[in-house]
Amino acid sequence: MSETLLVLPALLLAGFGLAILLRRPAGAVGGPGFVERNGAVIAAYLVVAVGFWVLLMIVLPQLYMVDFSFRNNLPLPKQGGPEDVHTLKNYRYLLFGPEGSDQAFNWLHLKVFAKTIVASVLVTFFDFCLCYPIAYYIAQVARGGSSRLLFVCLLIPFWVNEILRAFAFRIIFGTSGVLNTVLIGMGILPPDAPIDFLRADVALYAGLSYAYVLMMVFPLYNAIESLDHNQIEAARDLGSPWWRIHWRVVMPHAKPGIASGCVMVFMLAAGALATPQILGGPSSLWFTQVIYDQFFQGANWPRGSAYAFVLLVSSIIFVMSAMRLFKVNLGDIAR
Amino acid sequence: MSAQTILRTMVGFYIVLFFLFLFGPLIIMSVSAFNTPTFPQAYPFEAVTFRWFGQIFADGIMVGGILNSLYIGIGVVCVAVPIGLAGALVMTQIAPRLRPIYYTIVVSPVLTPGVILGISTLVFWDRLGTAIGADYDSLFYSGFFLTVLGQSTFISAYCMLVFLARLQRFDRTQEEAALDLGASHVQVFRKILVPFLRPAILSSAVLAFLASFENYNTTLFTIQSEATLTTVLAGRVRMGTQPDIAALAVIIIGVTIAGAIAYEIAKRREAARERADRDIARRATTDDLVWHRPAEAKAG
Repeated sequence: MSETLLVLPALLLAGFGLAILLRRPAGAVGGPGFVERNGAVIAAYLVVAVGFWVLLMIVLPQLYMVDFSFRNNLPLPKQGGPEDVHTLKNYRYLLFGPEGSDQAFNWLHLKVFAKTIVASVLVTFFDFCLCYPIAYYIAQVARGGSSRLLFVCLLIPFWVNEILRAFAFRIIFGTSGVLNTVLIGMGILPPDAPIDFLRADVALYAGLSYAYVLMMVFPLYNAIESLDHNQIEAARDLGSPWWRIHWRVVMPHAKPGIASGCVMVFMLAAGALATPQILGGPSSLWFTQVIYDQFFQGANWPRGSAYAFVLLVSSIIFVMSAMRLFKVNLGDIAR
Repeated sequence: MSAQTILRTMVGFYIVLFFLFLFGPLIIMSVSAFNTPTFPQAYPFEAVTFRWFGQIFADGIMVGGILNSLYIGIGVVCVAVPIGLAGALVMTQIAPRLRPIYYTIVVSPVLTPGVILGISTLVFWDRLGTAIGADYDSLFYSGFFLTVLGQSTFISAYCMLVFLARLQRFDRTQEEAALDLGASHVQVFRKILVPFLRPAILSSAVLAFLASFENYNTTLFTIQSEATLTTVLAGRVRMGTQPDIAALAVIIIGVTIAGAIAYEIAKRREAARERADRDIARRATTDDLVWHRPAEAKAG
């Protein structure tokens, strides 16, 4: 097995290098090849750097992770032995739980998975509703100086670490936090019964929405900003009410930005780890936490890889359906 | 009061609320860093203290984590900027038929959850190390090496996007002219391409460092027995909340605000300089036209 492990990358690397070296620029038949165009040194730098990145950092690690997820969790001496075969058991575990358990399905993990996906969709929707008016205001209504000032104000929290943002929410939502102190001080809550916002997951959803607000504002702003204000004026002059202007003029124009913002927020929320660790209640888990526990509490790397692959596939499905729904391509989303 | 005024008031109110949501948590946290109680609290405010700031720098694990984060950030800059540049140059030269596939592959790490990048890096190098029987102190199991690689996977893509934006305005005839005049390819790269890309190199290096410094999801899986600032912080915050973390947050917010403002100013200045250059170029061509027009007019 160890030979295949080494031969595969070497073959792929060689194939990739050859593909680049032998290729001619399209359109210019008989034009200079890759090496003539760049010179040997620069060509070597480009092939090595991009080859290393694409193969050893992006493609092969993903393939190895997927392959690993179909294997048994074996101690080192048994690896490569007769028990080292491909198996579906890690995926079976996610669906049905340990063999011989009294439940038909692995409800614990399935519920966490469903909660992660549904909550991420809700966070995305909430952030969209929150950000659209602001993005529209800064892009189309505010003029000159005030627009620039608002924009810089948006940038500042963006540079503050995710963990510190979650920490700030803990100060606000903790049982002896600011919110409870204020509510008790105002006499709304009795002094001996503060609300446990962490246990109720209120802090988690607020923290997630807060953490990714800016990933929604910027794409929306960029998309709306490129809309010619005369189009809005024209629609208004022709008697269109404000909601129809947004529905028929602004939103269709901003579609790539909307798709981009929604995809970014969803991916970040579904893949979040710090915020759920810090703001999640003691009994509630996020799917990334389950993955983490498989790796470092259960020491079951293959199962952790399987769970990670499930998360990756569901994320890809979400991105693809968002792209289909908004009729945009990847280039519009990742900018 | 007209409908217009009511609408405008509501919009203003909404904007105030939005920015309150954005800044409120940060302000409350900052206030609690200067308050005396051992549990971080902003209200009631008891007395001003700077104790928590001193406590941060007396904390060996925290300082060690900050140093590790600095080293890893520098490592990521050294890996991700050259890779991002190469990735962007290949993007401009690759056959149009292959471009969408290549683009999808190299941009995919930006959209992949950071947890998965960390896991795949960890699993890949671990299995490679096992396969060739590498020592446990070799690179394959080193937390630093794996973290730099894992973070660079997606940070290189950020850098590539920065370079691509700048390369769109690159005039390839400059390169051809230099080559015709006998320059070697390496000289063209060093004397023409790199100076043209200098602003992009600078901003991608800043971006790479900041992205590395605040990364948590990928780092948590690849760092193993070492610790960075983010993993130390997350551990502390999960254990319980202490005001010294708020103090650290105040320092980080201060540094990032200063950095962000400096970066914005530099970007503005760069944009202004480019606009000025373009104006000069335009004026030069207009002067040309004016210079030639009388002759044409006479001929007409």
